[in-house]
Amino acid sequence: MIHLPIAKAKDRLFEADPNNAPTEDLRDEIFQLEKEGEWIVQRVPEPYMEVKTKYGRIKKIPVEKTWHHKSCGQCGHIPGYSTSIFWLNRQFGLDYYDPTDQTSCTAWNYYASATSNPEAQAAVALRNFASAYEQGYFPLIHCGTSFGHYKEVRHALVHQPELRRKVRDIMKRLGKPFVIPEEIVHYSEWVLAMRHRIAERQVIDMSHITATVHPACHYHKLIEEDAIYDPEIYGAQRTAIVSATLQALGITVGDYSSWFDCCGFGFRHILVSRDFSRSFAVQRKIEVMKEEVNPDIVVTHDTGCVTTLDQSQFAGKAHGKKVGLPVLSDSQIAALAMGAHPYKVLQLHWHNTDNKPFLEKLGIDHEKRWSEFQAAVEKIKSGEMEYLTWEDADA
Amino acid sequence: MAKNIGYPLDLKMNHYADVSYDEKERLFEEVKADERYHHVLYGCYECGICVASCPSARFYDFNPRVIAQALAREDVDLVYTLMEDSIWDCSQCFSCDRCPRGNSPGQLITIMREVAVRNGLASAKKALEGYGRIIYKIMSTGSQVSPDMLQPNAFPDWGVHVNEIAENLELWRKALPPETLHTTETGWTVSDKTIIELYLIWHMTGVMDLIEGIDEGLFMILVDVMEERLEDAGYDITFD
Repeated sequence: MIHLPIAKAKDRLFEADPNNAPTEDLRDEIFQLEKEGEWIVQRVPEPYMEVKTKYGRIKKIPVEKTWHHKSCGQCGHIPGYSTSIFWLNRQFGLDYYDPTDQTSCTAWNYYASATSNPEAQAAVALRNFASAYEQGYFPLIHCGTSFGHYKEVRHALVHQPELRRKVRDIMKRLGKPFVIPEEIVHYSEWVLAMRHRIAERQVIDMSHITATVHPACHYHKLIEEDAIYDPEIYGAQRTAIVSATLQALGITVGDYSSWFDCCGFGFRHILVSRDFSRSFAVQRKIEVMKEEVNPDIVVTHDTGCVTTLDQSQFAGKAHGKKVGLPVLSDSQIAALAMGAHPYKVLQLHWHNTDNKPFLEKLGIDHEKRWSEFQAAVEKIKSGEMEYLTWEDADA
Repeated sequence: MAKNIGYPLDLKMNHYADVSYDEKERLFEEVKADERYHHVLYGCYECGICVASCPSARFYDFNPRVIAQALAREDVDLVYTLMEDSIWDCSQCFSCDRCPRGNSPGQLITIMREVAVRNGLASAKKALEGYGRIIYKIMSTGSQVSPDMLQPNAFPDWGVHVNEIAENLELWRKALPPETLHTTETGWTVSDKTIIELYLIWHMTGVMDLIEGIDEGLFMILVDVMEERLEDAGYDITFD
């Protein structure tokens, strides 16, 4: 028998070399097109943070001057998700912009119904980018699908001159600049890059918490080379997103065999064919996590994933499935670690699966916190207060 | 038109012999003419990685490998059958992008769906039954989902907490610190100027023609809403 001198997997260290990357660095072509007068490239504002992507390339993540490209699913159905992102920015005193001159990327509909086309999709993206540029802020994309889709749009615009020509013409007719950001940045990349600063401000101990992570498909499968990888997380064999953030907060991240699997969202399925979404979320994700890790919490970083994994458990419970795992976003976990209010900021009452045992494990008196939220709601109801302000949220 | 052709899908049968080969070939040529097509199909090793990664393959009579193979072999009859009976099961997660050959069955399906919608295929109409309200929302407001969609009759399987949200919707939206989130009909406040620009994009890119092909009633409602707002903003534009 031949014994090959192969190191054990845990002893191997994989460091990606960008010089051996199997793909082009799209940014080189983006800047080349700028030199040729094709478009304006919006630079990542300084100071920025540096992270490494799949092939070892450096990606710039802006600290501030961020234009928050909100998610329709987050804002509509799990608004504590977006609120937590804004809260984190405010806690660090960072300059950010929450626009009203923003549409959804419309990609959820495109992936669901195909009632659009590449030209319209690119024009919607570029209109939003132009709006950010005009405001002097850099796009920070909240939704995983918007992030993945915009990367696809950028890729198509670089490689398809005719598409570029058509979209440039549309922008001209709208009176907008034809501008492309130097980087397409997802908010969870910002959270990851900020994780040590977040950990410095941590007031809730999470060292006794175990989590499972679900990485969003459209984050690390669409233009996969642009996702963050780290040799210290899964040996850089999988994206480090969310997992690195949780570990910085002292949380144990449990591994499970269906990590790569989708959540079951399905775009059209979650709205009109949910038997599929429910079955997949419960049987391929939640039950597997429960059996193999039994975590306190599931953490993910996209609209559809939080929605599907959280909402599907109600029916699963009725069928006697092994469910009961609360699902939160990384922004909510980070905010909670820094002492954010679970209802005024995290808005946990919009979530479905019972998260009270998780709060109790963290030593948070959820009954007291809920009564504080209810008192604020009563003030709004009586007219004493028009809206809950940021100051009220931290009171 | 899409038929009830049984389970599992017999790939050797020509299920749509009543549709002319020329018509099927015309649709196939439309798929191939898409600029993305040759960047997402390179052949097939038949390794099955795409199937193993595919969520839809676990719960439907659906197979991304068959999609790639049928297109690569230019099997015109089978491509048509897949357009009528298979493509709408895809989850569009793009897990199949890990294909070692560089194929993207998910992207191929995006193209096939677009062609199915553009040509008013029965599968597209059937798949999008009940989806009209979503298309209306995204096309007219620029926001795919909205807080007021959380109604018990729309999401009965999400349990009683949907009732609680629906009952408290106005109040709970006001109990959100970001000022842009105090809305119920859209995810956030979208300015009038932004909506007008979105309508102009729909107009300039011919997207409304796609809507007309699959749901004429929805098309007419959308046209009314859009033309009125565009006229108010000083644009003399029609979608006919």
